[in-house]
Amino acid sequence: MDFAIQTERLGRIYKIRGGKKTEPKELTALQNVDLQVRKGELFGLLGPNGAGKTTLIKILTTLLGPSSGWAKVAGYDVIKDAVKIRPRINMVSGGESSGYGLLTVRENLWMFAQFYGITSGVANKRIRELLEVVGLADRMNTKSSDLSTGLRQKMNIVRGFLTDPEVLFLDEPTLGLDVGASREVRNFVRKWIDEDRTRTLLLTTHYMMEADELCDRVAIINQGKVLACDSPAVLKTRLQKDAIFRMEVSPLDGLAVEQFERLAGVRKVIHRPQDGYSALEMILEKDDVLSAVVNLLTSADKHILNLNKREPTLEDVFVALVGTSMEEVERASTQEVEA
Amino acid sequence: MSRTSSGTITPVVHRHFRKNRGWRLFIQTVVGRSYPRVIGAQREKSWMFFEIFLPLMAVSAYVFVYRAIGAPEEYVGFVVMGGAMTAFWMNVLWSMSSQLYWEKEQGNLALYIMAPSSMIAILLGMAVGGLAMTGVRAIVIVVVGSWIFDVQYQVANYLQLFIVFMLAMVALYGMGMMSASLFLLLSREAWHISNLAQEPIYLVSGFYFPIKNLGFWLAAGASLIPLTLGLDAMRQLVFPAGETYGFLTVEVEIAILVIMSVVFLLGARWLLAYVEGLAINEGRLTESRR
Repeated sequence: MDFAIQTERLGRIYKIRGGKKTEPKELTALQNVDLQVRKGELFGLLGPNGAGKTTLIKILTTLLGPSSGWAKVAGYDVIKDAVKIRPRINMVSGGESSGYGLLTVRENLWMFAQFYGITSGVANKRIRELLEVVGLADRMNTKSSDLSTGLRQKMNIVRGFLTDPEVLFLDEPTLGLDVGASREVRNFVRKWIDEDRTRTLLLTTHYMMEADELCDRVAIINQGKVLACDSPAVLKTRLQKDAIFRMEVSPLDGLAVEQFERLAGVRKVIHRPQDGYSALEMILEKDDVLSAVVNLLTSADKHILNLNKREPTLEDVFVALVGTSMEEVERASTQEVEA
Repeated sequence: MSRTSSGTITPVVHRHFRKNRGWRLFIQTVVGRSYPRVIGAQREKSWMFFEIFLPLMAVSAYVFVYRAIGAPEEYVGFVVMGGAMTAFWMNVLWSMSSQLYWEKEQGNLALYIMAPSSMIAILLGMAVGGLAMTGVRAIVIVVVGSWIFDVQYQVANYLQLFIVFMLAMVALYGMGMMSASLFLLLSREAWHISNLAQEPIYLVSGFYFPIKNLGFWLAAGASLIPLTLGLDAMRQLVFPAGETYGFLTVEVEIAILVIMSVVFLLGARWLLAYVEGLAINEGRLTESRR
């Protein structure tokens, strides 16, 4: 099998320096990550902020050394053969502000093309064509400092594709983009990979829908560990025998989520308070368990406003694997940082 | 790729194209990175005020003082020449030394390290671009200053003058390349160091007077900044009485500048490799503000 990316027992520990008198703390960003991405795949890394996605991308793009294990990109070791990997890859990060504001869009892209040895004639032709595709051709001669966030991200996307890399890394490429611009970027990414199956694309995202819609395979990552890796469809079939319900009820004041989870057959309940009501996402072992949930609600004098049974999503897969929603993981890690 | 009328994507004409390697890639990188300096910087018209008018004001102040106290007329020429050379010092201090730090903040540094071109080519591009841009400013200061204050030049040896200027620039920008890596390690402290270095260097480097007046040891210490010796040698070569005010002979100053050029360029290469290694091991130098 021809792999574009391979990792084995890959780990990364950061040393965080405190004050002069305190010992540096260790933060494990990646732990024993084993991944195999085939040539021609659009592979997704799905996980909350702080899960280790960006650390993994940095290692694969030769920007960061691993603390343990090894990684290969395009068949080359990221440490020993970094110079052989670099001409074959490129990376675009969401929200990046690379380039120079005083230069126009075309000039910025031309400059980056020079760092990859692309001659001016070819670079200018490709810049024109790619800007056309992402709908930025009319801004070719606009200074990049005058672009909106969305347009700037489109310029960054073009920078990544300009060198026609064998392996492209997109780190949260739709971060901060509006719905329309995100859709355009996703369409372009999918078409680019479909056009030539020797290309490989690794995408990190914390948008479930993006991973579900775009990726051939997805690795779900949390706290530096890969928890599952398969196609979105296969991952979702793991929950096929579960019953997934969304219920809207009158505000849950006085009722704790734990009370629901103590009921036999309830695997997980996520409570999202809304304006004037409570939304409950529930993973139940089977449909019959729903009656026990309804009984609990009615005994607490709560009213059911709406009830839907739905197909499992990647969000449900994440909840089943981690035990909590991605939103909650991010909220908890933000609180931890603030504390 | 291009979009057809139905919105589908068709392959681009140049899908498979050659990418240069080796020295061609090196040259392309130098040209590419010098471009923002040469072209982009000209778009910010404020440079005319900050980099020509203000230095000319400082030059004028010294000229008036020297004339008021009856200093030898050569001092007027020394000041004009020193005023022009301060442009290079400012450029190295603010646009070379602290540049990698700003590139990190902008998110460019990671892209530079990840690109197949060498980082030394990137730094050289910054230096070449800065040199070209600052050269224009320095010429304007010399021409306008000489015209206003009626400075007369009499070049003793054009070849030596050219060699001294080029060596001073190579050594100065080599020092800038070296300190770019150093400042990156110091992160935010770099800004304060630049501020701290600006005025004292004006004084001890003899931008506005011959450094011989400082005494041997202080002048020798100031000679660690390549512009000090470069300026001293150039003054000796373009003014008939320059030799009288020279610190060392032109030949000795050329020899020292050659050594400095080699040391600073090698130092820059070594420090850059060290910083890149540190970036990969510790992962803290390629972080952008995001």
